[in-house]
Amino acid sequence: MSSVLAVPVPAGSRSFDWIRRNPTIVVGSAILGLFIAVALLAPWIAGDPLSFDPLNRLKRPSKEFWFGTDQFGRDVFSRVVYGTRISLIVGVSVAVIATVTGLLVGVLCGYYRRLDDIVMRIMDGLMAIPAILLAIALITLMKASLLIVIIAISIPEIPRVVRLVRSVVLSVRGLPYIEAAVASGTRSRIIMTRHILPSTVAPLVVQSTYVCASAILIEAGLSFLGAGTPPEIPSWGNVISLGRAFFQISPWIIFFPGLMLAIAVLAINLVGDGLRDSLDPRIARRM
Amino acid sequence: MASDAEVVLSVRDLRTHFLSRDGVVRAVDGVSFDVRRGETLCIVGESGCGKSVSALSIMRLIPENVGRSMSGSVRLEGTELTTLSERQMRAIRGNRISMIFQEPMTSLNPVLTVGAQIAESLHIHQRLPRRAAWERAVEMLAMVRIADPARRAADYPHQLSGGMRQRVMIAIALACNPQVLIADEPTTALDVTIQAQILNLMLELKQRLGTAIVLITHDLGVVAETAQRAIVMYAGRKVEEAPVAELFRNPLHPYTRGLINSIPRRTAAGRRTNIRGRLQEISGIVPSLREAIVGCAFAPRCSYAVERCRRERPGLDQHRPEHVAACWEIARLAPQ
Amino acid sequence: MSIAPLLRVTDLKKHFPVHRGLLSRVVGQVYAVDGVSFDIARGETLCLVGESGCGKSTVAKTVMRLLAPTSGTVALAGVDISRLGESELRAHRRQMQIVFQDPYSSLNPHLSAGAIVSEPLTNFELASGQELEQRVASLFERVGLRVDAVKKYPHEFSGGQRQRLGIARALAVKPSLIVADEPVSALDVSVQAQVLNLLIDLQEEFGLAYLFVSHDLAVVEHIGHRVAVMYLGRIVELAANADLFGTPLHPYSEALLAAAPVPDPELRRERLVLQGDVPSPMTPPPGCHFHTRCPYAQERCRVETPKLQEVKPAHWVACHLRPVGGPFDRLVH
Repeated sequence: MSSVLAVPVPAGSRSFDWIRRNPTIVVGSAILGLFIAVALLAPWIAGDPLSFDPLNRLKRPSKEFWFGTDQFGRDVFSRVVYGTRISLIVGVSVAVIATVTGLLVGVLCGYYRRLDDIVMRIMDGLMAIPAILLAIALITLMKASLLIVIIAISIPEIPRVVRLVRSVVLSVRGLPYIEAAVASGTRSRIIMTRHILPSTVAPLVVQSTYVCASAILIEAGLSFLGAGTPPEIPSWGNVISLGRAFFQISPWIIFFPGLMLAIAVLAINLVGDGLRDSLDPRIARRM
Repeated sequence: MASDAEVVLSVRDLRTHFLSRDGVVRAVDGVSFDVRRGETLCIVGESGCGKSVSALSIMRLIPENVGRSMSGSVRLEGTELTTLSERQMRAIRGNRISMIFQEPMTSLNPVLTVGAQIAESLHIHQRLPRRAAWERAVEMLAMVRIADPARRAADYPHQLSGGMRQRVMIAIALACNPQVLIADEPTTALDVTIQAQILNLMLELKQRLGTAIVLITHDLGVVAETAQRAIVMYAGRKVEEAPVAELFRNPLHPYTRGLINSIPRRTAAGRRTNIRGRLQEISGIVPSLREAIVGCAFAPRCSYAVERCRRERPGLDQHRPEHVAACWEIARLAPQ
Repeated sequence: MSIAPLLRVTDLKKHFPVHRGLLSRVVGQVYAVDGVSFDIARGETLCLVGESGCGKSTVAKTVMRLLAPTSGTVALAGVDISRLGESELRAHRRQMQIVFQDPYSSLNPHLSAGAIVSEPLTNFELASGQELEQRVASLFERVGLRVDAVKKYPHEFSGGQRQRLGIARALAVKPSLIVADEPVSALDVSVQAQVLNLLIDLQEEFGLAYLFVSHDLAVVEHIGHRVAVMYLGRIVELAANADLFGTPLHPYSEALLAAAPVPDPELRRERLVLQGDVPSPMTPPPGCHFHTRCPYAQERCRVETPKLQEVKPAHWVACHLRPVGGPFDRLVH
């Protein structure tokens, strides 16, 4: 035998309630916020990432050089801070390009069956190519620049977004409220934007965070391989790549950018997971 | 006559509450009833009244981790079910008390043959060896009137129609000859002609095996045609109980009356009156179970409600022979 | 003098091809609707009743031109709309609207209630701005919803209220015909009464015609002027309400009426339990579709398809054992 007490919820604590209920979003966003702040304030918090200082080669992390220096005497801290900019720019750009393109293609494919057959075969083909190889091929063909890197990473991400959007569109398209819209005389274009599109927003937002995280990692990988951002731009991958040779005597050159990479990707994934958990059941409940 | 028969299932003050973020949901809020050997008892109510949760609570099928809190007593032929361990409960489920559900497609395992699923119950509870269990399974399929049972036993659920799947569910449930069968809306998802077959089958098997049936439904027609006694539930509470003929002839509780009057029906002579006329409406909607309900749960929608109804929860009083209802104003109600 | 019917459906067929295999070859057809004909006059309710797989919902959707017929015609107010393209069809859509079964998936969860109801009005450019708001408000009142609910979202309404919203949406453009596809089947019994009363009131007030699809015989008997019983894609009996429920002539109608449970324990009824399952609409039996379950089936029934004939005034039956003119006594085995 047990008894139950009703616990009343005081009105003022609703925002704290939200924070308590969605710890992943809060923590992830906080960390991301820190990274964004660092990226924006780079000129004020860090020194020059490019200046050589041969007298201070391979110095350990100290009060003067927080993350130590590399083989050219460059301040690793400054390089990591400016690298944050690159990573965030790449991550957000790729996410935006992949999401917008994927949304457009996905909605059209889901709605027009004949288009669907052709385009999905192309998408399947694109997905079969590993992102890094495609990126390397594109970069080799064109001159290496940040823009090319962004485009090269975006292309293999698009099919995944298309798939997601298309599956949402297909499931929504059969619902009675779409038939109701047709019966009400609504035109196809408006059905797509007003009735079908809103259902794609939640999963798309979640997916875009994963695309962002993935893009940051791929960029780092490309730069590490020497096929990414040009070496004069200090991206995390580049810093790791150049520090590779000195790993055993000066591990901090690899350690700090690697750590930042891991934390940034973790933070983005936390936001994505949290959004997914909080958005999906709400939609299910609303329906 | 019905009260002479022995009581096989006795439920006393059953309460099942769910703790959720938005408050406590009182799905079942103090329900008591008896089931006698060989009788069909119907639990009637609309969605959200707690009839399914009651059944699942009796069977202890509600997992602990959904914030469930259960109290009350459930005695099956003298054995108190609420205090048994899960292991002891497993020996009883499917053996002395069984349950069948609304959706046979999702209640049957899609990767096992139907014969295997019936035999599983026999194997576990009666310790029959595989061969004997299989033969008995084929017998059960014949008992539920599936044609060519020996061949059908080797079929998978997706190869059978909805009506046949429900028969298989019944076969599984009755394989070990339980004292009580709980049927939760067993025919709601079936076509009307198939429903008639299944209800007929259940009646036949009940007479043959002596099983008591607790039939949960929202369909008053099913109640009228299959049950000896009926319980009406509203907002997690029992509001009326009576033998079926008595319930339809003299419904006492305003909610029961409202229900009966809101369905299009014919007179006793089989004639239809009131074609395209107004059906009696019950205004308002079912109260949310998240808030504690003070007084009678039906008061906000009841045209006879007085101050007392809003303050004090009415108990179940006997107003006529074998007929109880929970309402303060019964004396005032106009005769049907 | 005969008034032209509002809706005339002639020999309507809708078949769905079944694809299978790598190249999506067509391996069969689902004969969902297999030759259905009926009329609906202005202000009249015709009920389509039958069990699952009989094709009644497909008829409803094909009449609404949410599906294109495989063959046959649908004529709305004298105009054949069965082969029109979407842009030509749009003008005619104003005259016929639909109410769906599921109150949960028939309303766009992302739009407010007001937006949902105003959509048909804006589509046909019937109102805008202030006037639009007023019309939406009066629609809400008419169907029994509070006017301040205009800003709410579907998930904030109960099932019955959502169904009222769907009715308001259908009513917005003042159609002549409303196709109601099981509009109360997903609602609780006490809420059904509210919605049925509303539909009947609206019919009286606006002179609406209903094509009312349902599997619930009690509801059909309550609301229908005329009733058509469907089985496996075909109409087997079509008659006035009192005639069908008083003297059903087709064996399937008889069985259906006998099977439906009646909420009256004192009514002595004949227990006529039909054996067997409904055949698949992919492989309908030859001849009379019902012969596999018919207790009175004869040799002729297995071979020859019976035609739907007017055997009594305004009473149509498709059965070899019910020829024109009688006999109309109870059939025996």
